[in-house]
Amino acid sequence: MHHRLRTLAPILAALLIPFVCHTAAAQKPGGVLKAYNPDSPGGMSIMEEATVVAAGPMMGVFNNLIMFDQHVPQNSLRSIVPDLATQWSWNGDGTALTFTLRQGVKFHDGKPFTSRDVKCSMDLQMGTGPEKLRLNPRQSSWYNIAAVTTNGDWEVTFQLKSPQPAFPMFLAGAFAAIYPCHVPPTQMRQHPIGTGPFKFVEYRMNESIKLTRNLDYWKPGRPYLDGIEYTIIKDTSTATLGFISGKFDMTFPYLLTIPSFNDIKSQVPNAICELDSGEGINRHLLVNYHKPPFDNPQLRRAMALSIDRQAFIDTIAQGQGEIGGVLQPPPGGLWGMPADEMKLLPGYGPAVDKNRAEGRQLMQQAGYGPGKTLDIKVTTRNLQGYRDAAVLLIDQLKHVYINATLDLAETPQYFPKILRKDFAVALNLQTSGPDPDPVLKLFYGCGSSLNWDGYCSPEVDKLIDEQSHEADPGRRKTLLWQIERKLAEDSARPIIFYPRGGTCRQPYVKGWAAMANSLFSGWRLEDVWLDK
Amino acid sequence: MAAYLVRRFGLMLLTLFGISVIIFLMLRVAPGNIADVLFDAAGFVDPAQKASLERDLGLDQPLVVQYASWIEALARGDLGHSYVTDRPAAAEILPRIPITATLAGLALSFAVLIGVPLGVLSAVRQNSLLDYVVRVVSLSGLSVPQFWLGLLVMMGFVAWFGTIPIFSAAQQDLAGTVTMYAVPAAIVGIPNSAFLMRLTRSSMLEVLRQDYIRTARAKGASESTVNFQHALRNAVLPLVTIIGLQAAILMGGLVVIETVFNIPGVARFLIDAVLWRDYPIVQNLVMYIAVIVVTTNFLVDMLYAALDPRIKYSD
Repeated sequence: MHHRLRTLAPILAALLIPFVCHTAAAQKPGGVLKAYNPDSPGGMSIMEEATVVAAGPMMGVFNNLIMFDQHVPQNSLRSIVPDLATQWSWNGDGTALTFTLRQGVKFHDGKPFTSRDVKCSMDLQMGTGPEKLRLNPRQSSWYNIAAVTTNGDWEVTFQLKSPQPAFPMFLAGAFAAIYPCHVPPTQMRQHPIGTGPFKFVEYRMNESIKLTRNLDYWKPGRPYLDGIEYTIIKDTSTATLGFISGKFDMTFPYLLTIPSFNDIKSQVPNAICELDSGEGINRHLLVNYHKPPFDNPQLRRAMALSIDRQAFIDTIAQGQGEIGGVLQPPPGGLWGMPADEMKLLPGYGPAVDKNRAEGRQLMQQAGYGPGKTLDIKVTTRNLQGYRDAAVLLIDQLKHVYINATLDLAETPQYFPKILRKDFAVALNLQTSGPDPDPVLKLFYGCGSSLNWDGYCSPEVDKLIDEQSHEADPGRRKTLLWQIERKLAEDSARPIIFYPRGGTCRQPYVKGWAAMANSLFSGWRLEDVWLDK
Repeated sequence: MAAYLVRRFGLMLLTLFGISVIIFLMLRVAPGNIADVLFDAAGFVDPAQKASLERDLGLDQPLVVQYASWIEALARGDLGHSYVTDRPAAAEILPRIPITATLAGLALSFAVLIGVPLGVLSAVRQNSLLDYVVRVVSLSGLSVPQFWLGLLVMMGFVAWFGTIPIFSAAQQDLAGTVTMYAVPAAIVGIPNSAFLMRLTRSSMLEVLRQDYIRTARAKGASESTVNFQHALRNAVLPLVTIIGLQAAILMGGLVVIETVFNIPGVARFLIDAVLWRDYPIVQNLVMYIAVIVVTTNFLVDMLYAALDPRIKYSD
């Protein structure tokens, strides 16, 4: 019987091939994908924008040199595929990365793409070219680039100051888009020109963002869609009802709250709804090291010990979230500690009462107690994602004799206030990747631009550099976990939790995959098609 | 009359000047500017980049210079450029005005067409069952929050018709356009009609007790002549004032309904512009609303004279 099956196998395989090929070729071109966008961005220049409401819709307008495979949920070095570069290679000491560029590619205005455009784009991002961006939020991410050099029209080399094996991860993210040299940054804000599968049509504040198919796209047969229309809807209930009524083919990826997610699932049972793994965005406690009495490490530790992380997940994310550290936990995160390891970090164990008892002891040593509470303000942004967690944090701080009140800051005031160090304690959000390099350096490195609380440890700085240079994934993970432990011991920005977000799409929307560890990298949409 | 008009016009200009100073100063007193908002989104502030941005936008200039250049440009009809989008402010503002004007006009029509007749009926049938029903309904209309009613109506549309009456810029058939505007307009119009109904009722009741109404009845005038020709014409004066004010307020006060029904009108745009600290948009939009309010008030005053022959504007 087995022998007969073995004989039949090649014949069966040969018979199945046409069906498999047929399935692969069954994507239907045409149709406009309709989705909503929860906010009106400031502009359309992906390099100048920091939020997903601009970066998401614009990713399809551009190409990168390399990109994350849009069908592999976890972004990693292994999931990087060619885009405008056809191949790439490191030099012997890992300090020069050379790309061979795709030929015959045109920008949406018909001008040819060459290595000069890559250099211009990097000069813009690094702030070293004659043209300047109005706002350059990721300039410090490129700290390790010594120079970008071209060799003819079809080769470009990134010279690094020191080896950085994870460097291709930055080039594969949505923000490392290739801009045309001949279009000034001001125009890119209003009418971006790229080489991507979709051409920009129009952006009307508070109304819509419209893209249309790039008929001259260099990738044969792509995109499948004739266009994409994002209607800007700020009211969550209206947006959810819009999807339920069938007005939209898709919700804005990753941003559905658990109640909206459940509502959609119950009202549109055939919708395809998925919860992501947290997208690497965590809620954490930010303590101002420069403001007495928070310069006392014992007091900061007591605050960290007061946190009941599972209560945050149960209350705010209705049980849909993960406990993690600075590194996003698996399975979504590449480098984070598994739950068993996390429990061993100070304050992360399940014995919350024991932790809080220890926290109270520390507070008593600092001179506080039931009769003398420490009165503070918890500053946060006046947005639901921040506010709800801050309210719960205030309740939990009471367990260690800290009596906190909520200090809400409107968007224009929030970061200026944090940057002026005009806060004692804040509830904040931060990303963990997809790669910890350079996130760790920016958030925890002594004196770096996003080190808002003023944490500084030469030991951690050394470990951050070591992990950045390390090519072996096993050894790198060991170093990263050392950093994670050290930061937890120092109560540096105690990470509270990673809430999950949801995405729903109508059953006829095919070819889209949710990313597990980045909010920003799954928006190319060139493989998405409508099975209508 | 001519001198009155000149004096009135002068007062209007003075009022607009006062408003321009107030809005200009209030925006500058409010903490943060466009540079803060942009850097906030990025989570960091580069002092050099921030200073360069402020210099480019003229925000480093003394307040007097900034005010003078705004007014000088405004006098030339130049509204400047939006700080956020870089597009001309006129191109951002003008397409939104017809949307809000249509919505406000429809809402006001709903309010007047429902509120005034019901108010008259309620007054002439005082303390009847109809009067009680109308009063209870109007009180409910006044008490229901617009955002709640809006969401409820939308949920009803989704559940019963499988569609959602939110704004769409796409070309629509007549039914689609009417639904798109009529539903939110009705939701705004209902509380306003309730208010007008109560005002009409009380005003009518006051007039109906006047001696000249009794005289009209004694002379054998029909009930409809008494109610509509004698009573309503006199009762309508306070209504004209309120309708005029409502028309002006609606041009800038439809924030909630524009948000719930996702209508890209003036009101929501103004709120967003304030949050972005987009001074050219806020200043010019507020001035536009101020012109509407001042002009409407002027027209209402003129209408008084037309409605009541006892009122005369003398030199």
